[in-house]
Amino acid sequence: MNRFPIWKYLLIALALITSAIYTLPNFFGETPAVQGSSSRQSIPVDAALMARIEDTLKQQGIAPQGIFLDGNSLKVRFKDPDTQIKARDAIQQLLGDNYIIALNLLPASPDWLTRLHANPMFLGLDLRGGVHFLLEVDMKAAVDKTMERYSADIRRELRSAKIRYGNIKRSGDTTLEVQLRDEATLSSAADQLARTLPTLSFNADKASNRLTLTLKPEEITRIQGDAVKQNITTLHNRVNELGVAEPVIQQAGPSRIVVQLPGVQDTAKAKDILGRTATLQVRMVEDDSAKMAEALAGNTPAGYDLLDELTAQGPQKILVKKDVELTGDNINDAQAGFDENGGAAVHINLDAAGAAIFRDVTAQNIGKRMAMILVEKGKAEVVTAPVIRSEIGGGRVQISGSMNPAEANDTALLLRAGSLAAPMNIIEERTVGPSLGKENIEKGFHSTMWGFAAIAVFMMLYYGVFGVISVISLAANLFMLVAILSMLQATLTLPGIAAIALTLGMAIDANVLINERIREELRNGIPPQSAINAGYGHAWATILDSNVTTLIAGLALLIFGSGPVRGFAVVHCLGILTSMFSAVLVSRAVVNLWYGRRRRLASVSIGQVWKPETK
Amino acid sequence: MEFFRIKRDIPFMSYGKVTTLISLVTFILAVVFLFTKGLNLSVEFTGGTVMEVQYQQAANLPDIRHRVDGLKLGEVQVQSLGTSRDVMIRLPNKPGTNSGKLSEQVMGLLKAGDAGVQLRKVEFVGPSVGEELVTHGLTAIALVCLGIVLYLALRFEWRLAVSAIIANMHDVVIILGCFAFFQWEFSLTVLAGVLAVLGYSVNESVVVFDRIRENFRRPAMRGKGTAEVIDNAITATMSRTFITHGSTETMVLSMLIFGGPALHGFAMALTIGIVFGIYSSVLVASPLALALGTKREHMIKIVKPKEEAVV
Repeated sequence: MNRFPIWKYLLIALALITSAIYTLPNFFGETPAVQGSSSRQSIPVDAALMARIEDTLKQQGIAPQGIFLDGNSLKVRFKDPDTQIKARDAIQQLLGDNYIIALNLLPASPDWLTRLHANPMFLGLDLRGGVHFLLEVDMKAAVDKTMERYSADIRRELRSAKIRYGNIKRSGDTTLEVQLRDEATLSSAADQLARTLPTLSFNADKASNRLTLTLKPEEITRIQGDAVKQNITTLHNRVNELGVAEPVIQQAGPSRIVVQLPGVQDTAKAKDILGRTATLQVRMVEDDSAKMAEALAGNTPAGYDLLDELTAQGPQKILVKKDVELTGDNINDAQAGFDENGGAAVHINLDAAGAAIFRDVTAQNIGKRMAMILVEKGKAEVVTAPVIRSEIGGGRVQISGSMNPAEANDTALLLRAGSLAAPMNIIEERTVGPSLGKENIEKGFHSTMWGFAAIAVFMMLYYGVFGVISVISLAANLFMLVAILSMLQATLTLPGIAAIALTLGMAIDANVLINERIREELRNGIPPQSAINAGYGHAWATILDSNVTTLIAGLALLIFGSGPVRGFAVVHCLGILTSMFSAVLVSRAVVNLWYGRRRRLASVSIGQVWKPETK
Repeated sequence: MEFFRIKRDIPFMSYGKVTTLISLVTFILAVVFLFTKGLNLSVEFTGGTVMEVQYQQAANLPDIRHRVDGLKLGEVQVQSLGTSRDVMIRLPNKPGTNSGKLSEQVMGLLKAGDAGVQLRKVEFVGPSVGEELVTHGLTAIALVCLGIVLYLALRFEWRLAVSAIIANMHDVVIILGCFAFFQWEFSLTVLAGVLAVLGYSVNESVVVFDRIRENFRRPAMRGKGTAEVIDNAITATMSRTFITHGSTETMVLSMLIFGGPALHGFAMALTIGIVFGIYSSVLVASPLALALGTKREHMIKIVKPKEEAVV
């Protein structure tokens, strides 16, 4: 009577085998590796690059244990950290600055597991060491910057439409006031501005001839969204410099950004790089061939710099003047797009001061080249050096020429990278050293192991064979939980390990409920087979009720928790689900296999069943 | 082996007055400690900087305190953490220095005293984050209570749901009271532990309630009053109660012993929570349900006859 249909056994076996496979990678540990990825879309990471790296390593006498492409990055494994460092230096020398070369640890699990996407659990920063920052974008500053741009736009539009106006002033966080002379200019100004600035709402006060312009609410949302996005892009660029293998840079809430840098120990440097300010410069190019020759001979003329220009063919030398005409502070925005001929272009939007300077510079230098220079790590590079064809006023600049869309994107990105859309403050910081991370793993592992061992010994002594079966199902629960965490690649933190331990401690409840119930049925004189059946059947309702209430608490933690609480909640919720499966189905399957076949079962081993003498 | 050889039902309900008094006294004490001493909130809630450093030899705490005081930051805590080599330094938020430059300054000072000092962990939390966490924490507790009451009211009866949640809130307040009395640090992880207790100790009430419902339906119990029915339910589930909680407590104690300082608060909250969880669901929730006037008709009418309870 206690038999499952074959499909149920198969299903349970399948679940257990899958769990075993996905738990496996956690036992193999990690090998040191070097990871290379491109900092730009226009520089691909491909098989050709892989061959070059292989050749170089061979020349240096370094034998990699494996080299493969993984999406946009290239990974090379080594047998020990020493070779890893040597190889990193060799690869860095070969590839130069256009690639991000980082040290990494890769799972050492065999290939067939990796092909199944079976990876070890993703460890949080508190377990592997690293830095966590929570940055808050100053939204008021982002809006302020936009309002400044609008007042410049208004001034320009009115001037070009030849409408005379008084002063333009900020009268609130998101409103501007324009004073006009009379009703006629008021209405023509309103018409003109409404056409060119659709993102503002207008209110003309005829009594005082004042035009009030207010930022539309959806525009404010857009500005704030863009500010966060641009800051994330900028942070990506800056983090790339740090050479972090797997950085996490994500938006968290409407105005916050999380930056996680695993393995980074030098917080001072990390903070310095993340918080850096404008680094873009506009300078004039010197195309005089005599001076260029002199410079190439190693004798750069006074007042000039010999810099590298980044082109698709690699860096080329270019001579620029030392005088800085404009800096990235004056750039409001840079976007990739297309020019009037359909070629790829970068559109730059300058602020008022920048626009004025730019007009003067371009008016004086028609026919010459101007260089956009990005200064990074104290090293200057020319991003692009277009020829000035005409005077450019209005602060809207377009750079076009021999670019493909990927390069236009890169250039726009680099130009934007010079500046943040709005300043950011670090509102939360966590640094965990690698040794502390290792200790945390060890401590978490030990507490789970000893707790499990103690429970297992007690259960086996107290419940006999049924105790052994309970321990088997508890172990199955542990495997399934670890397997699901590995599959989902959910971040495992120290509170997560605590949740694993706690879940195991709580999961045994279901087994105790079942075992006690079976004992009780036996005490009442019911034959063993029916007692097993009744025990499992009746325990189910209670197990469900108690697990649902626990799950309610777990879900609330998941929704409202942040940081460590969420790490706990994820594992806790998953653990409740796996424990229901293992306690009810897995243990029943084992019981059925063990006892279910025997037709005449005289007794079961479930410890002593004590009967009161009075009955 | 069979630990619980109980021949007759234990008259738990007749102890009702005594247990309610004990509960009331501990509860009031806990509330008093919460208000007079307050929780020793971690830096996650208050904002500020916490650093953990490790020395090669035993650390010289007065010297460290003296060095850090030189920065004139206000109230600075310096204490050893587990071993004599590990030191925790807690600094308040200072207006103006928002960007967490502080930890570098402190490290500079400590390195000047002993070059072998190693930075193990830094946590910096700005002031706005902390407030948010408090509101989120309170919302989470409210939501858990509401969810559990709703579920139990649906599955059982509102009188049982209300007494279960009161019993569990009593546990939570007592845990908080302990943390206030001993001035243990109350961190986010401890909060997670407290909320887990809330979900966990409801389990216990659910098991007893299940049994009460079953008893109401049993023909043998027909002539008995509510108090006797509850007594029988509690006695019948005793064995399971102690074994289950014993197992969970074993796990939690293992965390308390082997888990190190990072898990200490969490394990402590659970240790206290589980002990009081047993007490409160047996000796607080059930008398409350009785006091609220739970009757046979309430249970049988609502519950579909197919469902059965266990233990």
